[in-house]
Amino acid sequence: MTAAPDRKELISRLQKDILQWEGYKAPASGTRELVGLGPVEGAFPNGVFPLGTVHELVCGNTEQATACGGFVSGLLSVLMQNGGASLWIGLSGNVFPQTLKVFGVDPDRVIFINLSKDKDVLWVMEEALKCAGLAAVVGEVREIDFKQSRRLQLAVEQSHVTGFILRNWSNKMGTTACAARWKIKPLPSETLDGLPGLGFPRWQIELLRVRNGQPGNWIMEWSQGRFKPVSKPVVKHQELMAG
Amino acid sequence: MQKRFMAIWFRHLTTDWLTLKQPELKDLPFVFAAPERNRIIITAANAVAEAQGVYRCMAAADAKAITTNLQVLDHIPGKEAKLLRQLGLWCIRYSPIVAVDLPDGLILDISGCAHLWGGERGYLKEIVNKLRASGYDARAAIADTVGTAWAVARFGKKTPIIESGMQAQALLNLPPIALRLEPIILEKLQKLGFSTIKSFMQLPRTVLRRRFGEGFLLRLAQALGLENEHITPLVPPVPYAERLPCLEPIRTAKAIEIAIQKLLEGLCTRLQSEGKGIRKATLKCYRIDGKLVQAGISTNRGSHSVSHLFKLFELQINKIEPALGIELFLLEAYRVEDVDVLQEKLWAGNPGLQDTALAELLDKLAGKIGAHAIHRYLPAEHYWPERAVKEAASLKETPATIWRTDRLRPLRMLREPEPIEVMALLPDYPPKVFTYKGRRHVVEKADGPERIEREWWRDKGEHRDYYAVEDTSGQRYWLFRLGHYDAAPQWYLHGFLA
Repeated sequence: MTAAPDRKELISRLQKDILQWEGYKAPASGTRELVGLGPVEGAFPNGVFPLGTVHELVCGNTEQATACGGFVSGLLSVLMQNGGASLWIGLSGNVFPQTLKVFGVDPDRVIFINLSKDKDVLWVMEEALKCAGLAAVVGEVREIDFKQSRRLQLAVEQSHVTGFILRNWSNKMGTTACAARWKIKPLPSETLDGLPGLGFPRWQIELLRVRNGQPGNWIMEWSQGRFKPVSKPVVKHQELMAG
Repeated sequence: MQKRFMAIWFRHLTTDWLTLKQPELKDLPFVFAAPERNRIIITAANAVAEAQGVYRCMAAADAKAITTNLQVLDHIPGKEAKLLRQLGLWCIRYSPIVAVDLPDGLILDISGCAHLWGGERGYLKEIVNKLRASGYDARAAIADTVGTAWAVARFGKKTPIIESGMQAQALLNLPPIALRLEPIILEKLQKLGFSTIKSFMQLPRTVLRRRFGEGFLLRLAQALGLENEHITPLVPPVPYAERLPCLEPIRTAKAIEIAIQKLLEGLCTRLQSEGKGIRKATLKCYRIDGKLVQAGISTNRGSHSVSHLFKLFELQINKIEPALGIELFLLEAYRVEDVDVLQEKLWAGNPGLQDTALAELLDKLAGKIGAHAIHRYLPAEHYWPERAVKEAASLKETPATIWRTDRLRPLRMLREPEPIEVMALLPDYPPKVFTYKGRRHVVEKADGPERIEREWWRDKGEHRDYYAVEDTSGQRYWLFRLGHYDAAPQWYLHGFLA
């Protein structure tokens, strides 16, 4: 009868091991917030944003793809803190390097690769993810299927590089082997005391799917070089007009 | 090391070429002729015509009187140079330094090359036989100096190979014309009864200089090896190169791999000892059908790592078509740079742009997708958005100025601004509504205008007034109005803000 608790212990230990292999490291003391996402990080297993895995961001149009780009750049700024370099593999090649500096990324430490075919992007991405010296790899594709995402996931398990896939203009939502699926949408910004002009970029961050975690929905702003959660509900323009 | 030169003489260069092109001319006497001082002078005669007594410099009319069925063809200016260039390029498989010797010869610097063909005799036989088999009547000679080799190839009666230091003996019985002298000096020598070189070689130099000039003495000294003579190579030799001649023609991919590995091992050992690394290299494969196939690689940082360079060439192997077989491999590193070995050790494993693994990754990517797809940008001191960033030349280049963040710029900028239709309340106000790609956007918030003037010293045109706008759903755009608002200005969408 003594076997029962042992088995439970064994299973929980194995589960922890699996989590670690998949890139979810147990939090070290004093490093609670890994990427500065605040409450969002609580949705992940152990409450830690998984590095060394592949994240998938779904964007329906160019505006959303731009918001995704901003969100990813914000994460890159943390990942590249120790002087690392990253690769941005684009389909359109229209990322304006100077703006990355606003999101805390040194644009001269990002290498841009412009390609036109999904196949090439995925090949380059796989090769890049195998290279342990990189901080992160961002790849823009139209479509990715389960097999291709598995290949990327296998590549990062060796090298512990973090990968971001921006699925632009995709209409199918097949299963992938990615650790998390995000959807970033732009939201109307707010200025102090209703002054004219544009406020800080504000996004609706939806965590649609996350392995071993809790999907959720947050509103974040990029201000003063970091993510800032917005708790206040946004008053819609239409409601304002109606009221 | 003692220099050795080989002179090749094509006795019937242009006529052999025409015979190859039109085989029916093989047994007919024909000559090339060109007008000179109101006469038609023969510039080249084929072997059949020569056998019947027709020679160069003869008037075509006289030749026709001797040979009834003589065909006189128009001389093709510049043909010799073209043919010699082709033959010279073919000869590069025997020696890296080949020079064209107009009007009818080639000079090869063969120092240290002949042992690969089992000595000079075998080497000379190989070249002459190959040339004769391809239809060119060639004679060749090897000597310590260009002058002696030239003379023996054309006028030598005994052996074509002159041992080192035996130039004087070889030249003794040859006519003065063998010294490559000007016609006016030759005429003088003939008048004075000097029919062989022997007859004037021992005369005092002062006497010879007074009668025949400095040029004459120079030619004599060059032939004897007392003066240096430089030749201009057809293809400038690459300082870092490695050759691999094959005993049997190579046809398989595996054999090509072995060849590349061998060449790289040789070259990289040398580069490493000199502290250099390859930036650009070409593998040239000489095929037995006379064609040349090549594959090139380039790296982001100088490298002398055999395994890395081999990986880059491995991606190119499928582009090398061996056809009937490859007989010579030539690996040329035509761009090398200094590699600081110590520094490499220091940076290895360090994240960042100086990481060796990153440089090797980029080389690999460039080999597959092309280097034009890979970009790295640096800030440039321009307000004009299209010029605000510039391409970095290498991974090492660091920004000369800071990245500016004081102005609002889009995260995604269109390559070409796209025209939009707008409605603005007042001419200099931001638009209230705009239509982009058939979709209507109602502008809720706006910033601007930010006027950016054109750089008048670069291009002409109107200035742009930029507005950053946000529509009702929070999507942000970067728009501009081209020029002043007086005469129905055109609006454009230039980017998307995050």
